[in-house]
Amino acid sequence: MKVLVCISHVPDTTSKINFTNDNSEFDKNGVQFVINPYDEFGLTRAMWIKEKNGGTVTVVNVGGAETEPTLRKALAIGADDAIRIDAHAKDGFFVASQIAELAKENQYDIIIAGRESIDYNGGQVPGMIAALLNQPFVNACIGLELDGTNAQLIREIDGGKEKLSAQLPIVVAGQKGLVEEKDLRIPNMRGIMSARTKPLQVRPASEANQRTMVGSFEKPAPKSAVKMIDADNIQELVSLLHNEAKVI
Amino acid sequence: MSVLVYLENWEGKFKKNSYEAAQYASKTAKMMDCNAIGVTMGASEDSSVFGAYGLSKVINLNGGDFDQFDNYKTASALKNIAEQESANTIVISGTLNGKSVAPLASVMLNAGMISNVCSLASSTSPLTVKRSVFSSKGFVDYSTNEEHKIICFIPNSLGVEEAEGSCEVVEGNVNLDSTPTITVNEVDRIKGKIPLPEAERVVSAGRGLKGPENWGMIEELAEALDAGTACSKPVSDMGWRPHTEHVGQTGIAINPDLYIAIGISGAIQHLAGVSSSKVIVAINNDAEAPFFKAADYGIVGDAFEVVPKLTEAVRNFKANN
Repeated sequence: MKVLVCISHVPDTTSKINFTNDNSEFDKNGVQFVINPYDEFGLTRAMWIKEKNGGTVTVVNVGGAETEPTLRKALAIGADDAIRIDAHAKDGFFVASQIAELAKENQYDIIIAGRESIDYNGGQVPGMIAALLNQPFVNACIGLELDGTNAQLIREIDGGKEKLSAQLPIVVAGQKGLVEEKDLRIPNMRGIMSARTKPLQVRPASEANQRTMVGSFEKPAPKSAVKMIDADNIQELVSLLHNEAKVI
Repeated sequence: MSVLVYLENWEGKFKKNSYEAAQYASKTAKMMDCNAIGVTMGASEDSSVFGAYGLSKVINLNGGDFDQFDNYKTASALKNIAEQESANTIVISGTLNGKSVAPLASVMLNAGMISNVCSLASSTSPLTVKRSVFSSKGFVDYSTNEEHKIICFIPNSLGVEEAEGSCEVVEGNVNLDSTPTITVNEVDRIKGKIPLPEAERVVSAGRGLKGPENWGMIEELAEALDAGTACSKPVSDMGWRPHTEHVGQTGIAINPDLYIAIGISGAIQHLAGVSSSKVIVAINNDAEAPFFKAADYGIVGDAFEVVPKLTEAVRNFKANN
């Protein structure tokens, strides 16, 4: 079983978000980068698949050299090898095209990506990879079990879930539920030591267009001060919600 | 030229997100000086109602291919209809199904796709729209010069303006591409509850509730307000509530009209998923809880006393209004 896990290199969830250069780019100053939380569920699930069925787990990122520590962390968690496609991640289609090209050469049985990255929240890459490879695509996947080359999957739908089955190869966009939070693998000392010598291949980007352009960033307007209401005067809250906020 | 909009249904019925999508499409079409056309797949309701939301025509697709939602068949059908109607812009509501279709359709149509969109286009040449980034901690303008464009917007970011009217409805025909097969074995939709992305009001609770046995009062308040229920990450991680209720940066991002946070401190990761809510009420026994800085209204008090009183006050209000 060959599993490819797509890893986004994103600002830590506690990061303060600021923009720089006349609001044309994200200010990386003082920001810690981590494996995209949605991708972590996929990586642990990939490790379980390998441990049960044999095979390899490869991690891939499209980005510059600064993303390598994030790939090393994925190796420390247990991936066998890493590939960095050396390009600035211009947009969802560009990234998906790079990964699809890699997959055409290496023929993975399962490609797992996070449902979205917590920086651009586009949610485009996994579906685009699937469409470029013409493989089944399961979005918001919260369950994945294999029975030979048949995959049993569960996906979240609005207000519930759906049980599905598909033949490998498949592309899955994962999230919490693919494994539980408490089961997420974290790097141990042995993993960190061995990650240093695991292969991390740098691969040139293939030709692909970007189809969207980024303009000017802005921060949300600051909230006006909170209006405090006395716990003994709940009626006032109801009045405010009706008359002032007009939400009930 | 025209703007095409995917009108999703759940078990045959249209939901609020479809009316919102129709309105998004018709407003976009007006800016482009063209018509907006809707596509339904396997719907059982009368789709002429979409005329009220500005569509000039709805094309119904029926038959075995559309009995059950299939992301590839939906994408392929949208591509077919877009070609038949020379539609260059496709509008899709970012529901879980919509998000599953849009990237497939964008590859099939070689379209420039802009997702997580939170407002109408600010320009149509090139198409430029504002989208949310960094889990609502920022916004950015995206544009595309591609001939075909797909806009996937965040549900409830525009709301729906009620209106009356009807439009032409026709039966459509499509030649679907041969696409990968996924078999649906079972659909399990929770009955009698308002799914979060649909909810205009959300009542959410956190660790301050002390245990899952105390959620009865949260559900009662939600029922009184006709609201959905949600929870913080620790609560879903501990298994007190199902994952589908977890809102925040790594759960569901929501933007209801009213969000009531009870016993949730307001960590930055939680705020990221809910800060787009139009009005936020925080109820917490800790006056220093960070949530008060992000809220519009706050009550410092014991949830076990405040919540039942609030439920009663809401019921009284509803009975008299």
